[in-house]
Amino acid sequence: MATSRREFIRISALGSAGLIWGSYLLKAASDSVAAAGKAMPWLNPSDLKITPTYCEVCFWKCAGWVHKDDKGEIWKITGNEKDLNCNGRFCPRGTGGVGQYHDTDRLKTPLIRTEARGKQTFREASWDEALQYIADKMAKIKAEHGPECTALFTHGSGGKYFTRLLKAYGSVNVAAPSYAQCRGPREVAFYATFGRGLDSPENTDIRDTRCLVLIGSHIGENMHNNQVQEMSDSIDKKATIITVDPRFSTAASKSKYWLPIKPATDLALLLSWMNVIISEELYDKPYVEKNTFGFEQLKAHVAPFTPEWAYGITTLEPELIRKTAREMAAAAPAVIIHPGRHVTWYGDDTQRLRAVAILNAILGSWGRRGGYYMPEAPVVPDIELPPFPVPTKNWRMALRGKYALADLALANGLCDATIPTPDLDCSIKGWIVNGTNLMETLPDRKNTMKAIENLDLLVVVDTMPMEITGWADVVLPECTYLERYDSLRDTHHREPAIALRMPATNPKYDTKPAFWMARELAKKMGLVQYFPYETLEEELDHELQQMGTSLKEMQQLGVKNLEKTENLYFAEGEDIVFDTPSGKIELYSSTFADAGFDPIPVYTPHPEPPEGFYRLNYGRAPMHTFTRTVNNPNLHDLMEENNLWVHPKTAKINGLTNGQEVWLENQDGIVSSSSIKVRVTERIRWDSVYMVHGFGNKSSKLSRAHGRGVSDNELITNVMMDPIMGGTGMRGNFVRFLTSKSEESAL
Amino acid sequence: MTEDIISSGRANHLIDPVLEVWEWHIPSYLFLGGLAAGILFFAGLTWLRKKEAMHPTSVKIAPLIVPLLLVLGLFFLFLDLKHKLYFWRLYTTIKLGAPMSWGAWVLMAVTPLSFIWAALHIKEVFPDWDWKFDLLKRAEQWLSQYKTWMAWAMVVLAVVLGVYTGILFSAFNGRPLWNTSILGPLFLVSGMSGGAAVIVLMSRSKEERHYFAKVDLLLIAIELVLIVHMFMGFLASTQTQIDAAQLFLGGEYTAPFWIFVVIMGLILPALFELMEMRNKKIPWMVAPVLVLFGGIMLRFIIAYAGQVSQWKL
Amino acid sequence: MRYAMAIDTLKCVGCSDCVVACQTENNVPIGYSRDWIREIMTGVYPDLHLEIRSERCNHCDNSPCVRSCPTGASHYEEGGIVKVTKNKCIGCSACIVSCPYNARYIHPEGYVDKCTFCDHRVKNGNKPACVAVCPTKCMYFGDLDNPDSEISRMLNSRQHKTLIPEAGTTPRVYFLF
Repeated sequence: MATSRREFIRISALGSAGLIWGSYLLKAASDSVAAAGKAMPWLNPSDLKITPTYCEVCFWKCAGWVHKDDKGEIWKITGNEKDLNCNGRFCPRGTGGVGQYHDTDRLKTPLIRTEARGKQTFREASWDEALQYIADKMAKIKAEHGPECTALFTHGSGGKYFTRLLKAYGSVNVAAPSYAQCRGPREVAFYATFGRGLDSPENTDIRDTRCLVLIGSHIGENMHNNQVQEMSDSIDKKATIITVDPRFSTAASKSKYWLPIKPATDLALLLSWMNVIISEELYDKPYVEKNTFGFEQLKAHVAPFTPEWAYGITTLEPELIRKTAREMAAAAPAVIIHPGRHVTWYGDDTQRLRAVAILNAILGSWGRRGGYYMPEAPVVPDIELPPFPVPTKNWRMALRGKYALADLALANGLCDATIPTPDLDCSIKGWIVNGTNLMETLPDRKNTMKAIENLDLLVVVDTMPMEITGWADVVLPECTYLERYDSLRDTHHREPAIALRMPATNPKYDTKPAFWMARELAKKMGLVQYFPYETLEEELDHELQQMGTSLKEMQQLGVKNLEKTENLYFAEGEDIVFDTPSGKIELYSSTFADAGFDPIPVYTPHPEPPEGFYRLNYGRAPMHTFTRTVNNPNLHDLMEENNLWVHPKTAKINGLTNGQEVWLENQDGIVSSSSIKVRVTERIRWDSVYMVHGFGNKSSKLSRAHGRGVSDNELITNVMMDPIMGGTGMRGNFVRFLTSKSEESAL
Repeated sequence: MTEDIISSGRANHLIDPVLEVWEWHIPSYLFLGGLAAGILFFAGLTWLRKKEAMHPTSVKIAPLIVPLLLVLGLFFLFLDLKHKLYFWRLYTTIKLGAPMSWGAWVLMAVTPLSFIWAALHIKEVFPDWDWKFDLLKRAEQWLSQYKTWMAWAMVVLAVVLGVYTGILFSAFNGRPLWNTSILGPLFLVSGMSGGAAVIVLMSRSKEERHYFAKVDLLLIAIELVLIVHMFMGFLASTQTQIDAAQLFLGGEYTAPFWIFVVIMGLILPALFELMEMRNKKIPWMVAPVLVLFGGIMLRFIIAYAGQVSQWKL
Repeated sequence: MRYAMAIDTLKCVGCSDCVVACQTENNVPIGYSRDWIREIMTGVYPDLHLEIRSERCNHCDNSPCVRSCPTGASHYEEGGIVKVTKNKCIGCSACIVSCPYNARYIHPEGYVDKCTFCDHRVKNGNKPACVAVCPTKCMYFGDLDNPDSEISRMLNSRQHKTLIPEAGTTPRVYFLF
């Protein structure tokens, strides 16, 4: 690579002196911010053999207990019985969370990019030096470009405090990749239809459903804890499961009907189901009459979309389409057409999720038992803070009118706004990245790298030396969730509840919690008034006192279920006002019509794989959460690398045998930088290949994960943009097999 | 298509993907044990039949190496143990269902016995040997009175030792390839054949060599019959057994088994013996060396192939 | 008192929670596992069938491993749980080789190790770690001699099988299907 302004730091030895092991004992340094000797009205981690926490491995945030052994070392993690997210049972990633603590590849000390012997490398730095470096750079950006030119990318609990810091500093450019790279389209679609999004965890009433329709969801391979539990409950209750998937997923194997659909044609199937349900008058007439708007337009719109029409597109037999539609209707309103979660596939995803929402609506499942319940979130009082400055620029302006219906910031939008273009008067100059490995999160890696090249400041806050750290100016080592306090968990569920995260032990090495980092930075930036409490314990206790409990009580309860004030389901005959322009469930979306988009979804065909290429499909494994867990010793033990699912016919045509290592080349000529083992199986369609996302890690400091398997993200260079909310559709990439590595791939 | 995969877990060292807990230690010990059994058997039998004068090697000379064989074998066994400090636990109990336990105790009996027998004959082989200590000289005289008892004990224990090396395997029903009761007699006969071969190699009497060569020929014939029987048994048994037999009938151990064990270790030496009996000039060392080679290979191949064989779930 | 375990293959999704929970509960060294997930798929696309099983030592009534142990380290505990006494084990591997299920392994410290049905938990009235953690609640554990126990009722009301019954070991881990 030609010397670029910023090189990816690949070397495994750190800096010059290798101070790492010297001063930092493996035993946790006693670094608690609470002043020694001062008696606090709550307990210390060392006082408790079992401490409460909520898991940080994925976004589900199950609440549980961390058990320590007689020596005070973290032993195991179990679920909190009172917690509705997990019902006392943690998933494999949560159970394996101890590995995150014990992983010796963890970031141990702050690092600053420097140049030594003509090569860029990291040197260890003290916290003071590292934070001062950041404060100085951020001040410079503020002076030269304005504070709005600093952005935060976050997918970790620490994001809350960096957000506060950034807002105090003058920027609201905060994005979570889980929006435009994941669930964004369904939020916008459901909001436009029902007046509320789905958020997390999804409010699907699976445990009482009589028919669960999974279209692009692989519950059981994704490990959305209580959803997997409830699917198991529904199997006990003999509910019908219908799975639509080109792959024979675990869920498909437990389904009464598996629809092996041709990839990229799901919208046609959804429209056809609507056609059957409406033409055979199987929809919930009273519900539709009372609660929806636009039924007549919908009826006219879906009239041509017969199962025979859909058969030609989806390759699903018309009778099967009819049978499954009738099955859904027979179960209604206890039916769920599951919205999935990662829905950014082909660029028309908001429309596809609109179809999902509409189908649910005409079956009357929204707000009904066995369909979608109305979740309730706890009300956690905010602490008193001084008013935030009002920024003059924000992420929406940088989009220049596009994706107007997006309700949250787009991570890819911020990334694009970092690349200077003539029609933007400024571009983003500084990034803080917390708990998200952007190189594997944002598709089109070259674009991400181009953006990074233009940064004056890249700060990465992480627990592990993920690939993104190799691009940073400053790396701040965060302690794991097992070693810190964090804000109260306030996600919604059937009942409102709060959960406490407290440390089981003090942070290992020289790592620190995000709250501390944000506060120390605030001090250096003259913004400490936005962090009025010195310790997070004090802030939490204050919040909890206002809610009628206390930190001490929560330390022993872990989870507190609060009083429910809203109804779980719509009452019979209840008049409900939905947060839509018409006040009703909009089968015909006036919002979309006004914005110039199809008010009712229209099927558009998507590009198919060229000759000799196969569609690249990707998904999840229950023991991993993307790159976050692949180096975790316990979870790596369960699955060390991904493999490539290839149909026997495809294997035969391409001369592949089971277990063979292959490299993949995509339609744009990008070749995977590592190889992957072929798994010849009947379970995948002959026109696609499948792999689990999160592997093919390039950071050599991840001793277990480095170079194992292939990164699907590396091969996702064709991004199909969703015009409605800016989601990045990732399933329009095709690959072919190389049996040897003939060319170097670009990073 | 059937796809049977372990999708997580079970990557246990030495267990997966194929069982490899026993390496060279066990087959080596089995060979040495079998050989010792064979030599002791002939030593005892020859003495009891009062043929000592005709076949001095079998009674006096060959048994001299048996203590060495047994000690070496026991040492190899010790090396194989993964929890060595606790080896003495073997001698705190007798487990009748565990052939390893029998083995431990049989060796406990045979090894001192072989030492004593060797000691009683050492003066006849090395006339200048001096026991030095009075106690030892008196012990030698006293023990010489019981040579008949000892010979009987040797014959019986040698058979037990020889058979046990095979039963050790056949008692492990986890490995279908070993699940045949033919293995016990096969290893016994193989051990005796090896013992006869050693006697031929060590003997300086042409008559003795001829005699034991003929004995060996008979034993080889029995071994071949047993092997045929073994395969017939597998192929007429359950699918698991049939699959196990495939390891030698087209699978990865086919060539080594038939070439090393059967052709080189059994058929060729038999042929050479026959030719010698017809007074064709064959170097007399060739056949016994081949027999010994066949003996080692038999045990190695059965040990490794057996670990590979699995029940079909 | 006869302990046994049953796994409902209709509900098991092969998430491997049982594997990692066992590992943390019993301090099983990284690289080793006492239980594992097996997936068996048959058929031709799209007529496919998949069976997913969580497997481990079957704590057989007639265990070849107990029978073949020369020192008595492998033994039966209360309720038929098969266990290894560390300081009696010499690491001869006779038990490993005699197990038709290959359920045992050699611990890095030299003794033979395997699933213990978490007898340290069972003694206190708790379930084994794998059963307690399973998110699909597809695992059952209890006393076969008690007709009212959950496992007895599951076995009476559902069709079930054991693995390699022809090996004659009488395994006590059942698979409901």
